[in-house]
Amino acid sequence: MTIPVELFINALIAGILLGGFYAAVTVGVSISFGILDIVNIAHPAFVILGSYIAYIVNQRLGVDPILTAIMVLPAFYALGAMVYQVYYVSFEKRGQEALRGLAFFFGLLFVTEVTLILVFGVDYRYVHAAYIDQTIRFGAFDLPMRMLIPCVIALMLLGGLQLFLTKTYTGRAIMAVAQDQMALQLMAADPVRIKRIAFALSIATAAIAGALLIIIQPVEPSVGREYIGRVFAICVLGGLGSLPGTVIGAMLLGIMESLTATFYGPSWAPAVAFGFLLLTLAFRPSGILGR
Amino acid sequence: MSAPLLRVENVGKRFGGFIALEGINLDVANGERLGLIGPNGSGKSTLVNCLCGTLRNEIGRVSFEGRALDGLPAHQRTRLGMARSFQLPRPFTSLSVAENLRVPLLYTVKARSGITHAGADLDARCHDLLALVGLESKATKRPRDLTQVEMRKLELARAMASDPKLLIADEAMAGLSQSEVNDIVALLIRMNERGVTIVLIEHIMSAVMSFSQRLVVLVSGRKIADGKPDDVIRDAEVERAYLGQ
Amino acid sequence: MRTPVFIVASLIVAAVVYGLARLAGNDYVFFAGYVILQFVVLATAWNILGGYCGYVNFGSAAFFALGAYTTVALVKLPNLAAKYLPEGLASVIAAAVPPPIPVLMLAGGVIAGLVGLGTGYLTLRLRGVFFAIATLALAVVLQTLIVNWDYVGGSRGAYVIRPQVHALTGINYVEYLFVMMLLLSVTALTVARAIERSQLGYGFATIRDDELAAEASGVPTLRLKLVATTISGALMGMAGAPFPYYIGYLEPASAFGLAYAVNSIAMPMIGGTTSWVGPLLGALLLGTLQQIATVTISSAVSLLLVGLLLVAFVVIAPNGLLGLFDKLRQRIGAARASGGNARTGAA
Repeated sequence: MTIPVELFINALIAGILLGGFYAAVTVGVSISFGILDIVNIAHPAFVILGSYIAYIVNQRLGVDPILTAIMVLPAFYALGAMVYQVYYVSFEKRGQEALRGLAFFFGLLFVTEVTLILVFGVDYRYVHAAYIDQTIRFGAFDLPMRMLIPCVIALMLLGGLQLFLTKTYTGRAIMAVAQDQMALQLMAADPVRIKRIAFALSIATAAIAGALLIIIQPVEPSVGREYIGRVFAICVLGGLGSLPGTVIGAMLLGIMESLTATFYGPSWAPAVAFGFLLLTLAFRPSGILGR
Repeated sequence: MSAPLLRVENVGKRFGGFIALEGINLDVANGERLGLIGPNGSGKSTLVNCLCGTLRNEIGRVSFEGRALDGLPAHQRTRLGMARSFQLPRPFTSLSVAENLRVPLLYTVKARSGITHAGADLDARCHDLLALVGLESKATKRPRDLTQVEMRKLELARAMASDPKLLIADEAMAGLSQSEVNDIVALLIRMNERGVTIVLIEHIMSAVMSFSQRLVVLVSGRKIADGKPDDVIRDAEVERAYLGQ
Repeated sequence: MRTPVFIVASLIVAAVVYGLARLAGNDYVFFAGYVILQFVVLATAWNILGGYCGYVNFGSAAFFALGAYTTVALVKLPNLAAKYLPEGLASVIAAAVPPPIPVLMLAGGVIAGLVGLGTGYLTLRLRGVFFAIATLALAVVLQTLIVNWDYVGGSRGAYVIRPQVHALTGINYVEYLFVMMLLLSVTALTVARAIERSQLGYGFATIRDDELAAEASGVPTLRLKLVATTISGALMGMAGAPFPYYIGYLEPASAFGLAYAVNSIAMPMIGGTTSWVGPLLGALLLGTLQQIATVTISSAVSLLLVGLLLVAFVVIAPNGLLGLFDKLRQRIGAARASGGNARTGAA
């Protein structure tokens, strides 16, 4: 089989853009699972919640989804802080996070999804913005704006978070949580407070990711489920808890999915992420960038 | 001289760039009471984990009764007759004290002998072990209802329940009062008199000195002394590296 | 109670349940009852791995669907045979198909059990959460495979014609399916209870409590975990095997429905995970509640109820209903012991 070069390069470009967006969806889990060791499988549900908020505001007031996301950041941050508090008191403190903590997040995921179905139904919803239908063309190569803008915003988000984690006192304390709690106490920081801040931050990123998602594609409540596997695949692929690793893992997955969809058909694309996750877990659990 | 029960030859272990153990040679004779000391981070626990199969040593070999153990998972080493107790007691929290002892009885003694022990026989062995450590009255209690010292005794009893030839006791006395320490040392000596070889890893010097027939010192992943306890603690290198810090 | 006695006792209970259902004289009872019993099996199966060993499986729907699609694959075998095999052989296969429900259950159980074993083998050397995540992944991978597999209907789904009556007994076919699921429930509960009281049960409990200590006590943890994933997966597959006949038209979205995954977790968690009684209790309560809510309000609301109850229980009553009963009994016991005097140690 000869592969048409232009088709291949277009698929590659689409994959990179998609990967950038995937990084935005994943970064929350990179923080909660990778750094804090909290297996928040409900994260994609919060992303979808973000999408629907962006949808309502866009539909009622015509506000740009990204602007909406920035405005609701504090609300998502507060929501995250609340969820962590419940998680901490109910599971982490009692040392029951393994079984019941997982069931808790699974329940949250499910409740969020069903509530959205009850309120909005299962129809696909989408947003309007001037740039969504535009495409930049370089000869035979396409850069659709609805992919490019999410990718750029996502990279800005990750860059900002990386700066925060490495350059600020709070950020460094968050990274220290991953290493050991003792070091944290030596820094005279309260581990619970630090973890609450970090988890709240991870949920806040879902607001942005949700807005990006609904720019890229129409959304219905169960779309979030597809992202559970992707997000954890990327997380493990990139090595747990590393934001640069997250970007690389996301790009790799985006490219693989895009190539699969182009050459084998879109119905195979979901299995790529999950298949890759299974293989990574089985053979290289420390991630492709790991030791 | 008969072959040693446990032979450690040139064992080394590294974590990333950090060398945790290097060139460890050690023979433990049958019936011996060996003390193993060393400052924090000297590699004692790493050595125990390598011996018991919790960690894999990349370099060197460990043999037990002349049989090489390389690559054998922890549970099989326990079945061969190497038992350990953990530094922080790790009881099975959802099982009663007696049931905690039943687990090794079922999974090692029974598996090893191939004989299906009648329930009554298991109960008798359980009772015997509880009597040995003095926990008869706590048989039906859950581990969370035990005191610190009782928890340590349960930990030792569970290790003994697998009917070991060698018991490796990892800091069985940390955090206990002097009388409790004496209690545990007496218990370990009782176990030794039953024919069990014991390696004791300990910080409390009075306990080590009264227990050990031989003393081995680890510092920074290397063995720096090995001999009679009174000679070892007078060794200049030991004093410098460890006791006189 | 010894296991043979338990089997007889539970068969008697099953017979009584069947008798009562017949007395109702309404096919809806069998339709609804089938779903509830299916959840009894799923919840019990989930709990063997989740409750006893402490390993969370999010992929119950995948194992259930494996059983269902094994049935579809077997039922469609004559089509394939007619196309590729010589006529004589093809007619033999056509005569043997469709196999009776118990055979389909066994086949579904074997396939799902093998997949359980494989998943366990790939991931159980890692920390527990990775197994949980892998099961999530497994569900999507399998669903994608099925969607792209035309032989079993692909994304369009497949029709499996349900006979009006069961030929051998002459009873209504749904009633027959109900009886089969009733017997499978008895099987699942017997297996779970037998494990609980055996050496295996002790081994599983030590894995849940502390794997390192379990290994040091001679427990072959990896092998036991594989036993648990296999038994658990097989029972889920068996529960799924009759499903195509029950629903008549099987599509990937219904076989892989999230409701199965959620219910398999919620029912044991709400009932209590430490004993076989917990999943049974949870399945009966939650299953009935969902049937009522689906009829009176809507299926979405009934699912929302399950989700909310799950979250509420894991937060407020971590040991489920069984834990609450235990606490109650202790309180009553303590109140009695103090002889109605000042309740000193009651709390």
